[in-house]
Amino acid sequence: MSTHLVVRTPVLSGRVPVRSVAVAVLGGCLLVLTLAWSIGAGDFPIPLADSLAVLAGAGDPAHRFVITELRMPRAAVALVVGASLGLAGALFQTFARNPLASPDVLGITDGASVGAVFVIVSGSSAGVLATGISALGVAAAALAGALLTAAALYLFAWRRGIDGTRFVLIGVGLGAVMTAGVSWMLSKAAIYDLPAAFTWLAGSLAGRGWHEVTPALYALAVLGPVAIVLSQTLRVLQLGDDSARGLGVRLQVAQLSILLVAVCLTAFAVSAAGPIDFVAFVVPQIALRLVGGSRPPLISSAILGALLVLLADTVSRVVLPTELPVGVVTAFVGAPYLLWLLTRTNRKVSA
Amino acid sequence: MTTIAPSRERPALAGTTAAAAAPRRRLVLGLAVLGVVLLVAIAASLAIGSKPLGLGTVWRVLGENDGSDAAIIVHELRLPRTVLGVLVGLALGMAGSLMQGHTRNPLADPALLGITAGASVAVVAAIKFLSVTSPIGYVWFAMAGSVVAAVTVYLIGSGVSRTPSPLSLVLAGTAVTALLVSLTTSLLVNDLTTINAYRFWIVGSLAGRGMDVATQLAPFLIAGVVVALAHSPALNLLSLGDDIARGLGQNLGRARAVGLLATTLLAGAATAACGPIAFVGLVVPHVARAWTGPDYRFLMPYAGLLGAILLLVSDIVGRVVVRPGELQVGIVLALIGGPFFIALVRRRRLSSL
Repeated sequence: MSTHLVVRTPVLSGRVPVRSVAVAVLGGCLLVLTLAWSIGAGDFPIPLADSLAVLAGAGDPAHRFVITELRMPRAAVALVVGASLGLAGALFQTFARNPLASPDVLGITDGASVGAVFVIVSGSSAGVLATGISALGVAAAALAGALLTAAALYLFAWRRGIDGTRFVLIGVGLGAVMTAGVSWMLSKAAIYDLPAAFTWLAGSLAGRGWHEVTPALYALAVLGPVAIVLSQTLRVLQLGDDSARGLGVRLQVAQLSILLVAVCLTAFAVSAAGPIDFVAFVVPQIALRLVGGSRPPLISSAILGALLVLLADTVSRVVLPTELPVGVVTAFVGAPYLLWLLTRTNRKVSA
Repeated sequence: MTTIAPSRERPALAGTTAAAAAPRRRLVLGLAVLGVVLLVAIAASLAIGSKPLGLGTVWRVLGENDGSDAAIIVHELRLPRTVLGVLVGLALGMAGSLMQGHTRNPLADPALLGITAGASVAVVAAIKFLSVTSPIGYVWFAMAGSVVAAVTVYLIGSGVSRTPSPLSLVLAGTAVTALLVSLTTSLLVNDLTTINAYRFWIVGSLAGRGMDVATQLAPFLIAGVVVALAHSPALNLLSLGDDIARGLGQNLGRARAVGLLATTLLAGAATAACGPIAFVGLVVPHVARAWTGPDYRFLMPYAGLLGAILLLVSDIVGRVVVRPGELQVGIVLALIGGPFFIALVRRRRLSSL
């Protein structure tokens, strides 16, 4: 199979990457089916055909109520968070040319965890300051933690420009500090605050709804297209900084905008659902192996990210005897698949 | 980069000329300096604590255990944690260098081989199902967990291409780690008793470990150190890339197996002894590399000594800052080591792997 299909029309002509389009379309179809399953399954089961009808804007009023009021919000969180994390992971991995450079290791999710755990842990035990902060809510604290960490990361990594390796290593250093902070707070915490903290840290969609998803949705709606536009620059950046500069890329502007997009996507996603650790790492790698090529594809990563999180959440809610946090299930679903892909595609690919 | 200045008289023996010998002499001298610093740190670790002791007193009671308060403090509390600190720091520094060398990835640390995650699962299972709650009780579970996880990662990595390539190791390691972490979390969810015991293990600490922990794990640690040092010339070849290393006569499969065996021994025993102390294995190799350049024959002992010093100093600081309580070494490490690492990364031009 040739990798590109050349399309020529009088108005527009170009090369269509067949495998990317196939993966994106197939992933999209699977996503719709999973969504229909997800919003159909539960205490009040709705047949697949009826859920699809509701998705298309028609359907029975009772079904519409159950779906739009009860199940859709949570599914929407899964979709938005998964897509954001997949996209952010692909951006980070391409930017740093390192498959380990997902937002989880760069300290951004850890920064969010510090904020969230602080509010959870101090909510019941500490004084005025803490109650003031906890009024803002766990999600806001997580967002603030993530963005502050990212700002610190820029500040520390900026030295006559951003260098990929330096940026990533400083991120790892910051992440270690943040993780230690979380461990310390947990070891000092009142025992009855622990379950909530652990559940948040595992990444959970239980009880999430429109209120949590709205900021993340806006972020994705704005930053997603920006990421797609930036992908042309990413392709050139992949050749190395010097070559990119030689090819006329304004390096600092390009790098800064890529990082800014990736960081904001991560921060909003994590504040909505907690650190669903594995998605940003695994999804771009899976997408890369499915599509082929030399770097994780952005659109396929976003689609597969949404698919993975939604599938994991639905499995956790519907199939498992007791509901587990979605972050636990994503690894159970995603890791074996990555390993299977690894043993099958015996060829050299790198992020 | 140890650049060997070309000598005009005897280009073939460039390694023995004065120009090339100077950096090597400096590196050997540096090792001696680090050794002295480590001795100072050991002395400080024996003397400093919630009851400070004079160096004279420490020296006297070390010689003869006269049953005085000072002797009990030194023999029962400070000596075990100092010995453990030195061994664990040494092990983690070297294991980190091995891991970064084998994956050729600056972000790699021993946890990448699944060691921390494997140990965590085993410890959580031991707490939950067998009601084990003491550091000495965790040791063998943690050790077994790390070994099983590391072997799994190695086998999956080799399943991809006979001899695991750097990338397949990284991906297999991360995937297996993620699975194990999820398993840990699913064991912990809604189980307050287990969470309550686990949170004090995961933080990483040298306190509360007796000499028995050190003596049980010392054979693994010492074997690991010996293998790691003997393995460093092979790592020099591997750092040229798999193809060139093979072309120069290196048996890749064996080198990979030996290197990862050493990593497992070192990091597994270290984690078993004091819980996951992630930071040393990641940071110390970078600090050492900024000093020695990419030659693993020097990088390895430097990383070991620096790791031991860093761990001991962090432990001492943790005893002093929140008197009469203590801050766990894992937390102090990140609080001291994090900013230091960031400053280092900012200042130096990093040598690539």
